[in-house]
Amino acid sequence: MNSETYLPSARDFEPTVSESHVEQISRPSLSYWQDAWLRLKKNTRAIISLYIIIGLAFFTLLGPVLWQIDPALQDLNQISQSPSLPKKAILIGPYQRWSGVILDDFPAEPEEYLDTIPAPDNIRIHDVATTQRVRLVWGPVEGAGGYNIYRNQRMPEGINDLGLPLGSTLGGNEVSYEDRLNLEQRQYFYSLVPTDGFDESDSYSTLEVTPQLAITLDKAKNRGLISEDSNDLGGKISLEFHPMGTDYLGRDMLARLMEGARVSLFIGIVAPFLYVLFGIVYGGFAGYFGGKADAMLMRFADFVVALPFLLFMILFKIAFGIGPGESGILPMLLALVLLGWPATARLVRGQVLQIREEGFIEAARLLGAKNHYLIIRHIIPNTMGVILVTLTFAVPAAIFTEAFLSFIGMGVAPPTPSWGSMCNEGVKTMLSHPHELIFPATFISITVLAFNLLGDGLTEALDSRMRSKE
Amino acid sequence: MRYLIALLIVASLPIQAQFDATSADFEKQTISIALAQEPPQLNGMKATDQVSIFMLSHVMEGLVRYDRRGNVVPGVAERWEIDDTGATFWLREEAIWSDGEPVTAHDFVFAWQNTLAPQTASEYAFILYPIKNGEKVNVGELDPSKLGVRALDDKTLKLEFERPTGYFIKLTAFSSYFPVRKDFFESKGDQYAADVDDLLFNGPFVLTEWVHSASLRMTKNERYWNKDKITLNEINANYITADTRARLNLFIDGQIVQTRLDGETYKDALTQRFRIRSFSTGSVFFLEYNHREDRPTRSLNLRRAIQHVFDADEFVNSVLGTPGNRAGRSLFPVWLRGVDSKFRQEYPAPEIDLDLQKARDYLEKAKQELGVEKIPPLVLLVGDSPTAGKQAVYMQGLLKVKLDIDLKVDIQTFKQRLAKMTAGEFDIVGAGWGPDFDDVMTFGDLFASWNLNNRGRYNNPKYDDQVRIAMSSSDPKTRMDAMGRLQQILFDDAVILPQYEQGVIYLMNPKLRGVVRRVVGPDPDYTYARVIK
Amino acid sequence: MLMYTAKRLLAGLITVWFIATATFIAMHQVPGDPLMNDKAVSAEIRKNLERKYGLDKSTTEQYFIFMGNMLQGDFGISFTQQNRKVNDIIRDHFPVSATLGILAIFFAAAGGILWGALTAIYRNRLPDIIIMFLVILGISVPSFVFAALGQLLLVNINSLVGKSIIPVAGWGTISHMIMPSLVLGLGTMALLTRLMRSSMLEVVNEDYIRTARAKGLSPVRIFFRHQLRNAILPVITVLGPQIAAITTGGFVVELVFAIPGLGRYFVQAVQQLDYTVIMGTTVFYGAFLVLMVIIVDILYGFVDPRVRLK
Repeated sequence: MNSETYLPSARDFEPTVSESHVEQISRPSLSYWQDAWLRLKKNTRAIISLYIIIGLAFFTLLGPVLWQIDPALQDLNQISQSPSLPKKAILIGPYQRWSGVILDDFPAEPEEYLDTIPAPDNIRIHDVATTQRVRLVWGPVEGAGGYNIYRNQRMPEGINDLGLPLGSTLGGNEVSYEDRLNLEQRQYFYSLVPTDGFDESDSYSTLEVTPQLAITLDKAKNRGLISEDSNDLGGKISLEFHPMGTDYLGRDMLARLMEGARVSLFIGIVAPFLYVLFGIVYGGFAGYFGGKADAMLMRFADFVVALPFLLFMILFKIAFGIGPGESGILPMLLALVLLGWPATARLVRGQVLQIREEGFIEAARLLGAKNHYLIIRHIIPNTMGVILVTLTFAVPAAIFTEAFLSFIGMGVAPPTPSWGSMCNEGVKTMLSHPHELIFPATFISITVLAFNLLGDGLTEALDSRMRSKE
Repeated sequence: MRYLIALLIVASLPIQAQFDATSADFEKQTISIALAQEPPQLNGMKATDQVSIFMLSHVMEGLVRYDRRGNVVPGVAERWEIDDTGATFWLREEAIWSDGEPVTAHDFVFAWQNTLAPQTASEYAFILYPIKNGEKVNVGELDPSKLGVRALDDKTLKLEFERPTGYFIKLTAFSSYFPVRKDFFESKGDQYAADVDDLLFNGPFVLTEWVHSASLRMTKNERYWNKDKITLNEINANYITADTRARLNLFIDGQIVQTRLDGETYKDALTQRFRIRSFSTGSVFFLEYNHREDRPTRSLNLRRAIQHVFDADEFVNSVLGTPGNRAGRSLFPVWLRGVDSKFRQEYPAPEIDLDLQKARDYLEKAKQELGVEKIPPLVLLVGDSPTAGKQAVYMQGLLKVKLDIDLKVDIQTFKQRLAKMTAGEFDIVGAGWGPDFDDVMTFGDLFASWNLNNRGRYNNPKYDDQVRIAMSSSDPKTRMDAMGRLQQILFDDAVILPQYEQGVIYLMNPKLRGVVRRVVGPDPDYTYARVIK
Repeated sequence: MLMYTAKRLLAGLITVWFIATATFIAMHQVPGDPLMNDKAVSAEIRKNLERKYGLDKSTTEQYFIFMGNMLQGDFGISFTQQNRKVNDIIRDHFPVSATLGILAIFFAAAGGILWGALTAIYRNRLPDIIIMFLVILGISVPSFVFAALGQLLLVNINSLVGKSIIPVAGWGTISHMIMPSLVLGLGTMALLTRLMRSSMLEVVNEDYIRTARAKGLSPVRIFFRHQLRNAILPVITVLGPQIAAITTGGFVVELVFAIPGLGRYFVQAVQQLDYTVIMGTTVFYGAFLVLMVIIVDILYGFVDPRVRLK
C-alpha cells in the first residue's frame, strides 16, 4: 500500500452481490448406498467374490447356450471318463450274438476228479477285441468241469490277484467266453482258472488284451457324429468331447455342472430371498406395530425357531413328497422357507424397533409423515443393509443344506443334477474317478466362499460404526 | 487344523493292504463281521428280513438244515418220512435248549400254531400254509388248535398236508419253522426276543451279548448236539452299517471278515489286490407293468414295443457294471431245479429279438389301440437306492431315444413306494423277487390273480390255470411242464420286463474257510466256518 | 429370577407341544404307513397289525392317545425294532450322539480359540494366511467330503503303521471317537477361528489395552489377562447355539463312521416311516434344544452382569 490517500468512488457505494456459496461441500454428496459401494470397491476380496458370483451367473445362464450338450444324454461308450481330449473310435457294426465254442468231442463233466487241473493253454482272442466285446477262446483241459474267467487291470501277482470274477462256463467243453462288462480302452489281463465243476484249481493262465475303442454305426449316426448315409465300417471317427469328463452313465460333466448350478443356485438364492422377504414383512409388521401383535407374532416365530432344523427339513421334505417326473426342487424350497423365515423376522423386528426410536423418525412424524411413508421411505431403507448381509450369508447355508439332503439321499430326484447330489455320487468313486467328486465339490466351495466373503465385505461396508471411524 | 494338511498328504498316498488282520483269529477261532442293520426281529415266528434270518439261523435250529452244497441234512429231526398226505419227524434225544431242557415236538407244534394265529400277525405265515388248515387258522376261520400238526409224544411230530407238497422238507429249514418253547415264551410276554435274556437257543451258537444298534456276539453253544462239528468259538458282529465304502474300509483295516462290493467300491478293492469272489443271490429283478384298465401299460402292444428295445445284456454290462449279474430272460432264475437238472436247461427262456423296426410297429399299434397321437408320459416308480435311480435314468434315456416315450421317474422311499405300488399309482414299477423256498413255485405263483404281491394286477385265467396245475400235483414232470408253459405266457404277454438275476461280488478274509453263500436260507452261513493259520 | 425361569420353562413346554404337533401332522402327510412291507399281507393280518399298533383308530384319536402317553413320558414301541421301546432307543443312542457332539464342540472351541488368537497375533503374516486359508476350506467344503476323506485317512494311517491303531468306524473306545468328532467339529472350528480373530483384532484397539500398555504391563500379560479374556466372550456366546446344532447335526458323520447315534436312527426311522421313533426323536431333540437355550440364557445372566433377566 502506498502513501496515497484513498479516494472513495461511486463504485464503493453499490450494494454487494449476495454470495450463495458460503457453505460449500467440498466432496460430492453421497447416498448411503453410494458410500457403501465405494467402500466395498476398496475391499479386493469382496470384489473378486462379486466377480466370481457374476461369473457363476454367466456359467449358469449362458453356459448351456455355449455348451449345447444335453446333460441327460448317456454316452455309454465313455463311462466315467476323466477330463481328456476327444477320443478316436473305430466304427463297427451292431452287436451280433456269439454262440461261443462248445466242443462236441470233449466231456462237459470230467470223467475223473483230478487233484490238480493244469491251466488251459493257447488262450487267444476271437475276432477283434473292441470295447463292444472281447471274445476269448482257449484249449480244453483234461479234468475240467468248467472254467472261471477273471479280469484285472494289472498283471496278476498270484492266484489271489486275478481281479474281477467275470463269470464261469458251464462245462469243461465250453472253451470260450465273451466279456462285455464296462470295457474301456485300456490294458486288461484275462485269467482262466479251471474248476472241477465246484472247486477251483490253483493254476491259472493269463492273456493280455487291449480292446479298441469302438462305436456302432447306428449310434454314431444317431448322435450325428457321421452323416446319415455314411457306411465307413472300420473307419475312425472322433467321439464327443467331454472337457470335464463324464459320470457313471457317460453323461457330460460340464453340461451337468451347468444344469446342477441352476438347481443349486436356484435353491441357494431363491429360498433365502423368499424367506427373507417373508421375514421382512412379518418382522416389520411385528416391529412397527409392537404391543400385543408383536408379542403374539414373535411367540409364534419362537416356536418355529425351536424346531430342530435338519430333522424337520427331512420330515417336511418327505411329507411334501416328490411326484413322478418332478425334480423335487419345490418341496425343498418350501421346506427351507418354512423353517428359515423366523431368524430374519426376528432380526428385522429388532432393527425396526431400534429405528422407530431414532430421532429422524420422530422428526419425520412431526413433519406430518404418514405410516406407509415412514415405512417405505425411512424404515425399510435403513434395515436394508442388515437384510442384505443376512441374505448373503443365507445363500451358502441354503446351498449346504441342499447338498446335505442330497447326500443322505433326500435331495432332488434324479436325473435332475445338483452339485450336492453330484457330490454324493462322486464320493462313492472318490478313489477311482476323483473328478466326479472334485468338480462339484469345488463349485460348492467356491460359491459358498464367494458369498461368505461378499457378505463380510458388505458387513464392513454397511456398518455405520466403521464409517464413523474413517 | 494342522491335521488337515496331514490329511491331504496321507489321503493321497496309495493304500497298502495289511493282512495281520484281527477279524479272524486262529488261536481263539473268533471272527468279526459287520451287519447291514440291527436285526429288527429275533422272534422266529415273525422275522422276515435277511439280517434277522441270518442271526436266527445261527442260534436256532429247525427240523432239518442245509449242508454246504445246499442239500437237506438232519437237524433237530433225526429222520423223517414224507408222502403226499403228510409227514412224520422223529426228533433226536440230544437236542436241548440253551437252558438244558430238551427240545420236544410240542415246541414245534406251539411255534407253528402261534405263527399262524391271527393275533401274531406274522407276515411270513403263508409259508406254513402247506400244513393242513394252515390258511384257515391264519385268517381266523379255525382255532390254532385245529392246525394239522400234533406231537405223538415228546420226540415224534406228525403233520398232515393241505395238498401234496413235494418240497415240504426244504421248508422246515426256514426260520418260520423253528421251535419255540411255550412256557418260556409265555413267561416273557411282549418282551420275547427283545434282548439276550429274552430268548432260548437250540442252534450251533448262542447269543451272548446284544448292545442295541452297536454290536452282537454269538458264542459257540456247548449244549448243541453237533458241537464237535463247530469250530468257531465266537462270531462278533462289531459293526452295524450298510455303507459299502465304510465296510470296505473296515475290511482293508482288518476289522471284518467279509464285505460286499458294489460298482463304486470294486475298483478300490482291485487296487488293493484282494481276491474278489462272486455269487448269485438267486433274486430276480424286473420291471412290472400296471395292467389296470386305466393305464396305458394295459396295452400289450406297448409292452411288446418296450420288450423289443430293452437290451438286458447292455443293461447288465454297462448300467449295473458289476460282474456276477446275469441278464434277465425270464421270471425263473437259472439256479432253480427242474425235473432232473436245472429248470432253465429243460425249459429254455424264450429269446427276445432286439428289433427297433418291430418295436416301432408295435408302438404304432399301441397308439391306435389306445387312441392317442403320442403315448402319454409313463410313470416309472422306483426305490430310493442309488442303483435304482441309476437304472431308472437309463430306462428313461432308452425309451426316449428309441421310442420317443417320455418316462417320468418317481423315486420314493421304501414305505412310500410300497404305498404307491399297492394303490397302483404307477405305470411301470421296478421290482424284485427273492426266493422264500427252494422250488419253482416261489416264483411261479407271483402273477396269479389272487397273489397280493401281484401289484400290477395282472389277471389271466390261463396263467392261473397253470399255477393251479402245479400246485395240486406232486409229480415233478406235470409241475415243471406247467411252469414251462407259464414262462411262455409271461413272455408272450410281456407281463414283466426281466432285467437281471442278481449276483454280488464280495471280499472274504482268506484265512477264513468253509463259509457258505446261499440262495435260500441264511447268507452267509458261518456255521461250519473255521479260521486257518 | 425364579419368576423368569418359571416363565421360560412354561414357554418351553408350549414349544415342545408345538413341535410334537408339527411332527405329527408332517408325519401323517407322508403316503404309506409303517406296517407296509416287501411282502404283501392278507387283509386279515393287516387288520391284526393295525389293531396291535393302534393304527385302526382315526388320526385325531391317535393324536390324543400319543399326547396322553407323551405326557407320561412314554413314546411307545418302535415299528421297525419290533420289541424295543422308543424310550429305550433314545436312552441307548442319545448318549452316543451327545458324547460325539460334546467332543466335537471341545475340539472346535479349543482349536478355534487357539488358531484365532494365533492369526490375530500374526496378522497378515504367513501363519495368518495359512490358517485363514484352511479356515476358508473348513467353511466352504461340505462335511460329508471331510467325513469321507477322514475315514480314508485313517485307513492310510493304519496301513502305514501296519497295525490298526485307530479304528476306521464303529463306536466304543476313545480311539473310535477321535476322527468323527474332529470331522464334526471342523466347520464350527473354522467359524470360531474367524470370530476369534476379528474379536481379537477389535479388542487390540480398545482403550483399556492402550491403558494397560501405557502402564507398562508386559505384552504377555496384556495378551492373556486383557486381550484374550475379553476377546473370548463373543466366542462363548455363539457356542450355545452351536452345541445344539452339532448335537443334532451329526447325521452325516454317524452315517459314514457307522456310529450308533440317534441321528442315524432318525434318518432310518424316516425312511421306514417308523411313526413312534420319528415322534420320539423329534420331540426329545426339540425339548433338548429348548432346554439348552433356556439354560444358556440363564447362565448368561450370571456371567455378564450387564444382562438383566426380566
